[in-house]
Amino acid sequence: MLDTLFEGFRLVFQTDVLIAIIGASIYGLVVGSLPGLSATMATALLVPVTFYMSPIAAVATIIAASAMAIFSGDIPGCLLRIPGTPASAAYTDEAFAMTKKGEAETALGICLWFSALGGIIGTISLIVMAPLLAEMAFKFSTFEYFWLAFLGLMCATLVARSSPPKAIAAMFLGLLVSCVGIENPAGTPRFTFGMTDLLGGIEVIPVLVGVFAVAEIMRGMALKDPPKIPHRKFGSILKGQWELTKTHKPQQVRGNIVGIIIGVLPGAGADMAAWVSYAMAKRFSKTPEKFGTGHPEGLIEAGASNNASLASGWVPSLLFGIPGDTITAIAIGVLYMKGLNPGPTLFTEKASSMYALYIIFIIANIIMIPLGIMMIRASSTVLRLPRYTVMSVIVLLCAVGSFATGNNLFLVVLVAIFGVIGYVMEKNGYPVAALVLGVVMGTMVEQSFVTSLIKSDGSIIPFFSRPVAAVLAAMTFAALLWPAVVWLMKKRRAALEPAAR
Amino acid sequence: MTDLTRRGFVASAAAAATAGVIAKPAIAQSAWPNRPVTVVVPWGAGGGTDATARIVSSILEKNLGQPFNVVNRTGGSGVVGHSAIATAAPDGYTIGMITVEITMMHHQGLTDLKHSSYTPLALMNEDPPGVQVKADGPFKDIKQLADFIKANPGKLKASGTGQGGIWHLALVGWLNAMGLKADAVPWVPSNGAAPAMQDLAAGGIDLVTCSVPEGKAMIDAGRARSLAIMAAQRNPLFPDVPTLNETLGINYSVGAWRGIAGPKGMPADVAAKLTAELKKAYDSNEFKDFMKARGFGTVWAPAQEFDAFMAKGDASMASAMKAAGLAKS
Repeated sequence: MLDTLFEGFRLVFQTDVLIAIIGASIYGLVVGSLPGLSATMATALLVPVTFYMSPIAAVATIIAASAMAIFSGDIPGCLLRIPGTPASAAYTDEAFAMTKKGEAETALGICLWFSALGGIIGTISLIVMAPLLAEMAFKFSTFEYFWLAFLGLMCATLVARSSPPKAIAAMFLGLLVSCVGIENPAGTPRFTFGMTDLLGGIEVIPVLVGVFAVAEIMRGMALKDPPKIPHRKFGSILKGQWELTKTHKPQQVRGNIVGIIIGVLPGAGADMAAWVSYAMAKRFSKTPEKFGTGHPEGLIEAGASNNASLASGWVPSLLFGIPGDTITAIAIGVLYMKGLNPGPTLFTEKASSMYALYIIFIIANIIMIPLGIMMIRASSTVLRLPRYTVMSVIVLLCAVGSFATGNNLFLVVLVAIFGVIGYVMEKNGYPVAALVLGVVMGTMVEQSFVTSLIKSDGSIIPFFSRPVAAVLAAMTFAALLWPAVVWLMKKRRAALEPAAR
Repeated sequence: MTDLTRRGFVASAAAAATAGVIAKPAIAQSAWPNRPVTVVVPWGAGGGTDATARIVSSILEKNLGQPFNVVNRTGGSGVVGHSAIATAAPDGYTIGMITVEITMMHHQGLTDLKHSSYTPLALMNEDPPGVQVKADGPFKDIKQLADFIKANPGKLKASGTGQGGIWHLALVGWLNAMGLKADAVPWVPSNGAAPAMQDLAAGGIDLVTCSVPEGKAMIDAGRARSLAIMAAQRNPLFPDVPTLNETLGINYSVGAWRGIAGPKGMPADVAAKLTAELKKAYDSNEFKDFMKARGFGTVWAPAQEFDAFMAKGDASMASAMKAAGLAKS
């Protein structure tokens, strides 16, 4: 046991592995902070490079780059209200509100500090509970996924600060967008209008870049005076984080647990973890009215959650070769190529490699703090630059980034279209975050519902009779009925009060 | 403003076209390749097709001394990338990796492209489907499973890919070969082989007809069992898995394949040189080791044979898709 642990350390503390970790970290930080280039994209672009590396260095590259990219997606979200990756979209408005209040360093500090903590706790869960967590994933068939995705959709009304009907309308628009293409259960082209480019459907990335980045730029152009952001030097980034850690224990625990659970489930990744955690933070908060005005609670919970999910996403990948999310789907390919074939034997025969993997996870999350501080300091200059120079560079990055996801000019056109949609929606008080949520969840809701019905020959009973599904269904109905109960109780109290007087 | 830009665009396009005209004779004179070659991949970075194309490209680059740049042209469920290869200039400087979908998409009416829209260069990989069931389930061998399906049509559910995907058609073809209709085992669409294998272990479905390497991790974990493969011979990497022919006496084989092709009308000397270079790459240890590590099957067929292989696959796909009710006409 101790021997294998030492062997693990020896495998990690090789020059090539350490260079790979640092190089991949810097790369991940930069790519993640560019709008349109997601953590998945950052990982995919690294695959050809890993061809020439030793097995441990190759895996280290993937781990370090993906962890950094998920964190650094928060930076443009916080400074410019443009999320760098889909995983940051849930709390972008919140972080930007803090920046407007002049608390950019606190907001970014929260993202950084709690991302690192979440990542480390996620890793510990991977070390301690891998087989147990994997067993849990096997309780999930499409019936359970349906309820999970349905619960995810209900977050739309919680994360938005507008009226619930408008949030639901925006979410439905997102669901409609997710209907486009041939990647549906029936394999039939829908809403493609004979266009080849629409056959593959509309992906989340162009939608996200359009409604957040391009719409933000359009707003910037429409305003005569850009909103005043206090011109001053950034204070300490980690100042006050320790106090926040001590005062926000429940949020962290919840964020980490939700992140770990969602990460383990195949097909649900960091984006979903962030949405669900942000919504939960608001639901259980004593001061939900402060959400959206620059309040740290939601940031802490969601920031911890998306990084925790990243580590636990490796559990099904390592044990069964089943990807927990899109990043581990790529990582599995690299594992096979390097002779570290996923499976239970990886934990027994190649135990030292497994320890090496754990150590890399922890190192990556620790060096995230100093490297992240440097990245934040460097990028904070964008707040001091004239708005027009920043915005024109962002337009360029949006176009390049969206083109790069498929080497397809159509994606750039899509970004422009969604920019206009996002601008019009925002102008009329429809939350664009709810639209993005609809696009993220739409495919999963439809796929899991239709395939479940095929399996059960059209019967809806298994949605309630399977034990895990029953629990999730009960949670869903409780969440659905809760507002009605609150309304009834208020009405009753209102009816009672005059009588008491 | 718009006029100006448009004029500017037209001017630059014209300039590019003239440059192309001037450049062409120059290419014909000097030996191919004298500038970088683009290798189009219709599927996303990080996947199996991408990895295969990249390893082949890196070997070609080393042997021919010119960069072979892999470009992922994704979208449209593969149609976008496949048409990018077919519509490129047939000068040998744009080639691509085409996949089994080229023999399927046109039957569905998704595109007019088919295998004859290309200059076939070489077939390099084929993975036959297997029949995987739950390890602790009732089926111990393929005969038992086949008998159960015959006795209880519509009872078992299968998965492995989306509706009308290659593994779906493999199942339909196998059922047809047994004299059964496509609905004897209803298909549950999934987002690929890995989620289907997970659902198999979770008890959501009864069999998965993905390739054996795709199910390997779950088989090793003791969660699933492979009963047979739909191929002419056993896979040397999985010697214990029998073929359909030796167990059921059904001579049915099909597979997901990948090959290199260029646009139609490539110069014959360039095509011949590429095929020869691809053969060298195929025989290299680098390629063999890579494919073995990923569990991908290797098959070699040069230009003419690759063409015949695709024509045969196209015809069998046509009948399988008609049987599954997926063909347009």
